Formats: sequence, C-alpha cells, structure tokens
Amino acid sequence: MAKPDSPVPLLEVDHIRVRYGDQTVVEDLSFHLEQGRIGCLLGLSGCGKTTVLRAIAGFEPVSEGEIRFAGQVVSRPGWSLVPEQRQVGMVFQDFALFPHLTIADNIAFGIRQQAASRREARVSELLELVGLGAYARGYPHQLSGGQQQRVALARAIAPRPALMLLDEPFSSMDKDLREQLAREVRAILRHEGITAVLVTHDQLEAFLMADEIGVMHAGRLEQWGSAYALYHEPGSRFVANFIGEGVLLRGTVLNDHQVETALGIIDGNFDAAFGHNDDVDVLMRPDDIIHDDDSPMLAEVCDKAFRGADFLYTLCLPSGARVLSLVPSHHDHAIGERIGIRLDLDHLVMFRR
Amino acid sequence: MTQSLVGSFRLPNPWRTGVILVALVLALPVLTVFGFVFQPAGEVWRHLADTVLKDYVLNSVLLLLGVGLGTLFGGVSSAWLCSMCQFPGRRVFEWALLLPMAMPAYIIAYTYTGLLDFAGPVQTGLRDWFGWSYGEYWFPEIRSLGGAIVMLSLVLYPYVYLLARAAFLEQSICVLEVGRTLGAGAWTGFFRIALPLARPAVIAGLSLALMEALADYGTVEYFGVATFTTGIFRTWFGLGDAAAAAQLAALMMSFVFILIVLERWSRRQARYHHTSGRYRHLPRYQLRGWRALAAFGLCLLPLLFGFLLPAGQLLVWAVRTAGETLDAEFLRLVWHSLGLAGAAATLAVLLGLFMAYGKRLHGSYGVAAAVRVAGMGYAVPGTVIAVGVLIPFAWIDNRIDAWMRDSFDISTGLLLSGTLVALLFAYTVRFLAVSLQTVEAGLGKIKPNMDDAARSLGLPPNQVLARIHMPIMRGSLLTALLLVFVDVLKELPATLILRPFNFNTLAVRAFELASDERLAESATAALTIVLVGIIPVILLSRSITRARPGHG
Repeated sequence: MAKPDSPVPLLEVDHIRVRYGDQTVVEDLSFHLEQGRIGCLLGLSGCGKTTVLRAIAGFEPVSEGEIRFAGQVVSRPGWSLVPEQRQVGMVFQDFALFPHLTIADNIAFGIRQQAASRREARVSELLELVGLGAYARGYPHQLSGGQQQRVALARAIAPRPALMLLDEPFSSMDKDLREQLAREVRAILRHEGITAVLVTHDQLEAFLMADEIGVMHAGRLEQWGSAYALYHEPGSRFVANFIGEGVLLRGTVLNDHQVETALGIIDGNFDAAFGHNDDVDVLMRPDDIIHDDDSPMLAEVCDKAFRGADFLYTLCLPSGARVLSLVPSHHDHAIGERIGIRLDLDHLVMFRR
Repeated sequence: MTQSLVGSFRLPNPWRTGVILVALVLALPVLTVFGFVFQPAGEVWRHLADTVLKDYVLNSVLLLLGVGLGTLFGGVSSAWLCSMCQFPGRRVFEWALLLPMAMPAYIIAYTYTGLLDFAGPVQTGLRDWFGWSYGEYWFPEIRSLGGAIVMLSLVLYPYVYLLARAAFLEQSICVLEVGRTLGAGAWTGFFRIALPLARPAVIAGLSLALMEALADYGTVEYFGVATFTTGIFRTWFGLGDAAAAAQLAALMMSFVFILIVLERWSRRQARYHHTSGRYRHLPRYQLRGWRALAAFGLCLLPLLFGFLLPAGQLLVWAVRTAGETLDAEFLRLVWHSLGLAGAAATLAVLLGLFMAYGKRLHGSYGVAAAVRVAGMGYAVPGTVIAVGVLIPFAWIDNRIDAWMRDSFDISTGLLLSGTLVALLFAYTVRFLAVSLQTVEAGLGKIKPNMDDAARSLGLPPNQVLARIHMPIMRGSLLTALLLVFVDVLKELPATLILRPFNFNTLAVRAFELASDERLAESATAALTIVLVGIIPVILLSRSITRARPGHG
C-alpha cells in the first residue's frame, strides 16, 4: 500500500464513533500511525479499545468519522470494506487457531492462493522466525500458550499485511513470558516492517512494545503520545493516575514559578495559564522525592514495600498528606522513623482543583 | 464490499421464524397431551381412577425409588473406585462399566427370565443338585416389581457412573489434598468432600436414569407390573379411549417435569462447584489384598450381571437358533430397522444443525426458548409421544380423507398416522435433543474469534462455513448421527404403537417373540441391537478418557 516515505500516514482514524445499538462505545476518536510504527491503545477493560481495533479490522461499522488506509477510505458511515478485503493481519486474545489444521496449515491459511512452492517457503521461513520449525506437522492443542501465540502471529504475518492488529496478545501469559514475547514480537514486526496497533490494559506491555501510546477512557482518547510524554507530561488527571505511580498534592500558585504545598514552596516551570492564588493539584512521582539524610525537610515512614533494587516508601507529611518516594534498597528505614527528603523537580504537572 | 445495516428496521428473519415454527411443531405431541387435562373426565377415566390408577401411581413411584437407590449405589461406588483408586483391572472397568448401556432393559428382562424361571438352567440345576421338586423350595420371582427394579438398575446405573466419574475427575485434586492436610482420610475425604462436591453431577445422572426408568415399557409389560406406561398402552388399545390415555399421559408428565426441574437445577449447581482451575495428575489410592479384591468384586458385579451374563446367554441362544432365525424375514427386519434409524438420524441431525445455527446467528430470547422447547423431547416417554402424535395425526387424516371424499370421491385413508411419517416424526420429537446437544457442543468449540480470524485472512463468510465450521464439526455431526441411530434402533413403545400395519423392526420382533415365550428365537434380533448399541458406548468411553484434566 503506502511507500515508506509516503506523505500520507498508513493508518488514519478520523473522528470515529462506534455504537452497539443505542449505546455509544467509542466517541470522537482520532489518531494516526506512520508506516512501520507500533501504536498502542491502553485502557481498562470496557473502555472501548477492542472496539476501535475491530472497527479498524472491519468487523464493526462506524456511525461517524472515517478510517483510511494509506489515504483510502475503508470505513465511513453506512459503508465499510469487508474484513477479508482489508489485508489486515489480526492476532486474537485467545489466538483462535484452527484446531483442525496443522501448525503449518494454520500459517498457510492466509496465503492459500499462492503457488505451493512459494507458500511452503514462506511457511518454513515464518516457522523459523518464531522458533517453531520442529512443530510444523503438529496441531495447535499440542503447543503451550506461548507457542500458540507465536503461531497466531506467524499466521497473521504470512500474507505480509500492511497493518497488524493485536488484541491483548499476551494477557493469558505469566509476567516473564509476557515480557520475553513482547520483545520478540516487536523484533519480528520491525524485521517485517509491519505497522501495528496493539490493544492492552497492561502499561508495561505497552511501554515494551509501542512507539506511540493512546490512553483510552470511557470510549474517548485521553492522550496520544510517547511513553515518556504520558509519564512526565500527562494531559489529564485520568492519565496522571493511570500511568505510573504518584500522588496529587494540594497546592496554591504563588507566582509564575512557585507553588506552595505541604512539602513547602516548590520551584519549577509550569503552564503560564496558571495564575496567582489558583488552587491546584501537583503531580508528585515517587522519583521526584529523593531521600537525603542531610536534608532539613523530614517526613515519617508510614508504609514501605520492598521491590528488590529499591523501596517504595509511603511518607506522611505533618499536614497529614501522603507522598511516595523511591529509595535505593540499602536505605532500610523502619515504619514510624522520620527521614530526610528533598525534591527533584523542574517541570511541574498541575491540574486545577 | 457490503452495505452495513443502517437504522433499526428489519424484515422478519426467515431463520428465526423457521426455528420457532419447528419448535412449535415438535411440541405438538406434548401440547396435545396437556390439552386433554382440561377436557372433562370421561367414563373410562372415572373407571381407571376407581380401580387401577392407584396401582399405576404406586408402582411407578416404587419403581423410581428402587431404581434410584440401585443406580445411585452402583454408579457412585464404581465411579469412585475407578477414578480415585488403583486396583487390578481398573483400566478395563473404567470403560467396560459403560457396556450395560448397550443393553435395552426389555432385552435384559427376558434374558433373565429365561435364565431364572422354573424351566431355566438355574432352577433346573438346583433341582437336579438337591433333588428338590416343584413347590418344595422358595425361589425369588423375577417377574415382579422387585425384578423390574433390578433389571432397570442394571442397565441404567451407567448414567450415574458416567456423570459421577466425570465429576470426580474434574474435582481439583487440591481440595482433596487440603482435606488430607486437615486430617481427612480416604473415607472421610469421600463422604465429606468429594461426594458433596459431586452431588450436582450425581443428581443429574440420577434424574436421567429415572427418566429412562419411568419411560420403560418393555420390562414392566413383560413382568406384568402395572405402571403409567403399561396403563397408557392398555387404555389406548384395550379400552380404546384416546382421551383417557392422554389424560393418563398428562399425569405421568407431571412426574417427568419434576425430574426435568431436578436435572436442570442440579446442572446449574454443578457450575458453581468448581473451586480451583488447577489440575494435576490424580494420585490414586493404591488398594492391596482384600481391599483390592473387594473393589474388583464391586466393579465386576454390575458389569457381570448387567452385560456379560445376559449377552453371553443371548449369544448361546442366537447360535443355537441361527439355522431357523437367519432367514429372509430376518434380513427384512434388519433392513427396516437400519433404514428407519438412518432416516430418523439424518432428519434429527439436519434439524439439530438448523436449530443450533439459528441460535448461534440470532441468539434472541425467543430463539433460545424455541431451541430449549425442541430439546425437551428426551424427557418425554415414548408412550406419551406416541399418544400425542397419533391423536392430532388421526384427526388431520380424517379431515383430509373426508374432504377428498366429498370433493373428488377418493378415499386417502391414513396418510400420516398409518405410515412411517408418524413414526419418523415421533423419533424426531424424542431424539432431537440428542443431536441438538451434540451439534451445539461442536458449535460451541468454534469461538466467534475463529470466524473473525478466517475473515481477516481473506475468507468470505460463506466459505467460513465450508472451510472452518464444517471440518471442525465433522466429528460432532457423525457422533450425533450415530447416537440417534442407536437410540432409534433400541426404541420400543413408540415403535409398537405407531408402526404401520405389518411393519416390523428388530426391537418389535424381539419383544413379540419374547412375549410369546419364544425367548431363544428372539435372541438373534436382540443380539443385533446390543452389538450395534456397543458402538456409541465405545465412542463415549474413548471421549471421556481423553477429556481428562491434568493428563495433558
């Protein structure tokens, strides 16, 4: 479809709305992906992220807006290109391997029109790529969950789709396997130069796999950006709470670079829209608060969780407010102890109260 | 490229209409029977109520109680031993205990009569050995209510065994191990943990066995025990009163409904009884010495008396009479039986496929309810269905005949009630549930994502059916065909009532010969039925050993 240097994005989702009967599941949602990028829709279950994926695949019609592949409309209100003509690869949460076909036949399913020799070459190439060369004649039920996932991926890749859709692809796996597979799948997609959209509720998975992440909430896209931007520059309270850890600390704006909070007066740059005496909440990430024995500012340890390399301390401030602090694990302080802290912030993320 | 549906206006869906129509037609016999509840009681009914009705109810209740106890003990004990213990012969018993399912109750009944009555080998042997003569000794009368209870228990315990065994195997071994850490030994573990957990499954199996017991006609008729089924038969043919027979059938159906409710309720309970999703290889209790011997004996008894002994006797008889019975008449019987069973099975599977797909494609409340109604027939005794088929069919026949005679001066006779149409219809009503269940289970394995995956790989919808659904379902469809086929082959009461004049099947012939005290001659037909009946039993036992959690 699109050439690598095409000026038109490979996938454009343009102000779409999707309804099931009278219920609107996805509302005014837009994003686009350039050729070769991996995007991710991140959100809790029921937020509509899978519906967006199914709309892109052509299983759900849109009632407003458009979906375009390389500039060509594939979905608009009242019309929708059928899934089998979209040349979109899809990997399902439950893999949906065909139980009556061998592994090799499953992978060959999407390229069954090709000449036998070409088809077989492609199948064995893909079996090697996903590391399952020995299982070609086996059946899906003989494979473990991780192996089935690799077959599902190989089957979707086989027809060389321009766009790949992955619906919660690792949700049924344990944490270690999930990380390993996420890296593998990313490498394979890169190797094949495939643009992909991933849907997940797991932010680590999103961070591992995706170049761009969209946080969805109640059928709407809250923010679209890189993992770094979502963590450090969340655009809404929802994104601030949803991505990473942290607390929102009450404060009052003093001037264009100072905010007064329970942690004292904090210096930093922030949005010029905030003015003197505005009541705000300031986002404090655990890594913004540094443990420093020499610091005059003290806070009481109310709770702690050992995480191997570091402790996550919950600190109670004299005002009663609580903040989180990430401290290297050789600083082992007892609950009830008062420890010195200082702030390491230059950009302040604030929300109006 | 397709036009997606815009707006909410839709034409009546032909598929949905079809499913509901089929369900209504299939419900006709039961509706007919219930229609007679509201008719004023006739002369015959009052006569019945004054004389034999009490016996029908009492005998039926006693029969259910006795068969309930018998199947419960036989089924649960053998299931526990086979799934939780290790003793010599366990692996054989595991599947062999299902064999009595292949033995229709009426066949085992007259086989034992031949073995145990005055002129039979057992009593003759006793007399020769001890020098007794007639009237000098007591011997239990097989042709009695007690005898019927034993006969039915011997062939119906596999229902309890099957479901109890599945429940024991599905129980996470964790709960039993937790029990052991809390000090519960093998016996305590069985009575306090495993059995209560398996209770819903055991009750479901029990209600299936009781439905069969209630529906039995051949055994109780042969033993001269007056129950609902024999009563309906006698009222219909002896007293010639269709209304009274239907009213009797309606009364009997109230028993059936209690059993249906019991079965549905316990199956629902069963879903909540899965405590843990983790399964491991079952560490069985190793039995040695007298314990192993006792376990062996306990499993051997039902197998020996429920299958080996009667099948052996049938074989002896069949070989002895082979010269006379294997003639052209017998071949015609086989042809009739196989043709009828094949036609009924094809019909039931096609309708089952239609209904199951209707439910999958248009799973509205109405369609689901219609499918449920169509599947209710398995609980309705053959005698009741026969009465419920014959009454409306005869009415239609008479109307057509009268109209044709008035308009064209041609008598059409009995177009429906006197032909195979009535029989095929009755079989479909009774056995659609069997095919429906199997087909639905097969369809259930095809998750909607499978359809989506195929389409995203470039397959148009109509080819999804051919390339994905049909291959995955092939096994289920064949199983459904086979199950209905064998059930029809074994069916007796509906066939007896509805068969066209002079049309005989293996089951009818075997029963008629046995009723005429020509036991040995009936063996060839009976043995044929048993042998064909073994095939689905083998399928069943293979599928349950394969579907065992924790065994890969």
